[in-house]
Amino acid sequence: MTLADMSQHRPSLYTKDARTKARNSAEKRFRIYGVVAVGVGVLALIVLLSSVLGSGLGAFRQTMLSLPVTLDAKLLDPKGNRDPADLAKATTITYGKLLSQALEAAVTEKGLAPEGMKTKEIGALISKEAPAILRNQVLAKPELIGTTIDFEALAGGRIDGFFKGRVTMESAALDSNVSPAQLELAQKMRDAGMIKLALNPAFITNPDASELRPESAGLGVAILGSAYMMIIVLVLALPIGVAASIYLEEFAPQNRFTDLIEVNIANLAAVPSIVFGILGLAVFINFAGMPQSSPLVGGLVLTLMTLPTIIIATRAALKAVPPSIKDAALGVGASKMQTIFHHVLPLALPGILTGTIIGLAQALGETAPLLLIGMVAFVKDYPAAPPEGFLDPAAALPVQVYNFTQRADPAFIERASGAIIVLLVFLLAMNILAVLLRRRFERRW
Amino acid sequence: MNDMRLTERTVDATDIKISARKVQVFYGTTHAIKDVDVDILDKTVTAFIGPSGCGKSTFLRCINRMNDTIDICRVEGDILLDGEDIYNKKVDPVQLRARVGMVFQKPNPFPKSIYDNVAYGPKIHGLVKNKAELDEVVESALRKAALWNEVKDRLDAPGTGLSGGQQQRLCIARAVATSPEVLLMDEPCSALDPIATAQVEELIDELRENFSVVIVTHSMQQAARVSQRTAFFHLGNLVEFGETGQIFTNPRDPRTESYITGRIG
Repeated sequence: MTLADMSQHRPSLYTKDARTKARNSAEKRFRIYGVVAVGVGVLALIVLLSSVLGSGLGAFRQTMLSLPVTLDAKLLDPKGNRDPADLAKATTITYGKLLSQALEAAVTEKGLAPEGMKTKEIGALISKEAPAILRNQVLAKPELIGTTIDFEALAGGRIDGFFKGRVTMESAALDSNVSPAQLELAQKMRDAGMIKLALNPAFITNPDASELRPESAGLGVAILGSAYMMIIVLVLALPIGVAASIYLEEFAPQNRFTDLIEVNIANLAAVPSIVFGILGLAVFINFAGMPQSSPLVGGLVLTLMTLPTIIIATRAALKAVPPSIKDAALGVGASKMQTIFHHVLPLALPGILTGTIIGLAQALGETAPLLLIGMVAFVKDYPAAPPEGFLDPAAALPVQVYNFTQRADPAFIERASGAIIVLLVFLLAMNILAVLLRRRFERRW
Repeated sequence: MNDMRLTERTVDATDIKISARKVQVFYGTTHAIKDVDVDILDKTVTAFIGPSGCGKSTFLRCINRMNDTIDICRVEGDILLDGEDIYNKKVDPVQLRARVGMVFQKPNPFPKSIYDNVAYGPKIHGLVKNKAELDEVVESALRKAALWNEVKDRLDAPGTGLSGGQQQRLCIARAVATSPEVLLMDEPCSALDPIATAQVEELIDELRENFSVVIVTHSMQQAARVSQRTAFFHLGNLVEFGETGQIFTNPRDPRTESYITGRIG
């Protein structure tokens, strides 16, 4: 068939030929794959968020018992001289008894006390942490002794679980820590307004608590520890990373040695984080003798981990600055340094900041290396204010999540999910900050 | 080239500003410029013409040592500015570039205000003592670049917001602000429309009063319109160099003739 023949037999534009149909359906299929892929991602996110929020939001509310407590001077200050040293001799056991009696009195007065339940059993509704809280309150304010105060006592973990749906009458029947009778009493007290679920700021501020008192476990030490480490990472990784990137990108000669460094930086970014933990253990703790579990060591290890991320992001940002701007600056007689600091760096700034914040966010969520340098330890005391605090033992948020999940008491599941929520909020805040900074500093050219 | 009366054009200045002798440029193993001898006169517009890749831009960039930024580039031979070898080890290219300004092919204003664009050079070279002096320098540079009347009310506006022709004139103002002795222009009009081109060409002719201007151009008409002397480059060689009128009306080398009549290039 000649060309002339073909033009004679051209089909109408209104009918699609087989090739066009095949191409169109291929495109349609590809679009469907894309929608499915995005859908799977969104679904996974929804499942993740709903499971975390569902089990974790409870940690931000806590069951509290409100009851009047008479601080008996005979018990708490037998000598009657209000001497702090003597006051300190009254232990939490004494305060515990005091609280149990106060609770029994309160329920009896309202006519809620079940037949034949012992004082000790009634007192078991109160958390083991509550006597310590009361004792600290009294030691801080000795003039309270002899008066009757309204005390908000932390309820025990099982009671808290009962009101959050974790503990049921059936499970209590099999549980040596709590009896159905106690739960019934708790329900009556709730109906009488003596027990309520209140907001729980202590979850953010409290230090970690032992296995037996999940109700008082909090993230205070972990948040402080993570914040200290982020400060160290920011202070070390940003200047080192930016300086290294500028040197490599703008000044370093192109030779085998710099190629080797480049390859190694790219590889470092892919090194498993636990390897950095081993390195930190060997170098910073065993060799340099820095204290274990300290934010300083944690921060140094995370700095090593974050550096490649920052260097790669910064170099990409520097590369993206159009060479015409460099030419322009050099052309009017700016030195290389002036060119970089007056023109290249300001244009690369949004990219550098984004890279840094993403690196920090990554470091904030990093767990494995911290396990190896002792940050997995149980830390009850807050680290001091910086700079001394950098050497004090501290926990870290992701490690705290890991710690909570290791405990037997199911109440810690709620705590772990709550800690994840806090971690996610921090990460989200950092990412929003990155976006905002990017918008703020972005300039067109 | 019909109405240009090229032959009547005279070159009044005779002082040699830049003198190049046996200049060779290598990119790695490529020999990009071969044995170029050129004398560029003061207060004159010198045009470099030639087909793409002939080395005219490369040679231009040798004059203010912009080629230093390319690692693999190597320059041999002598280029003298007022009798001093600019490739001497004692010469700091930064100082040299303050005296030999450059305007690039694509307008490349800094992403800053119009004022800051022009003020940048004088500031880094410490040419002014105070804000008032700086204002003066900026104004006179913008006037020399024939841009003052268009931008005097919006000096704080970003330089990148100007039109292409205005941006290029802003770049010329920026180069002029450091009061250089030589102004190098690398195809300054190739990204501009005909009207903006005409404005810039007019400007180049005015700049001749104060500077020695070297312009690389693809357009032979442009070379004929603005320059007093023209150098024709081909394959890295300087084929012919002389008064513009002579080059365009009576070329001595057959290659020059082929090029200006459109047979090569």
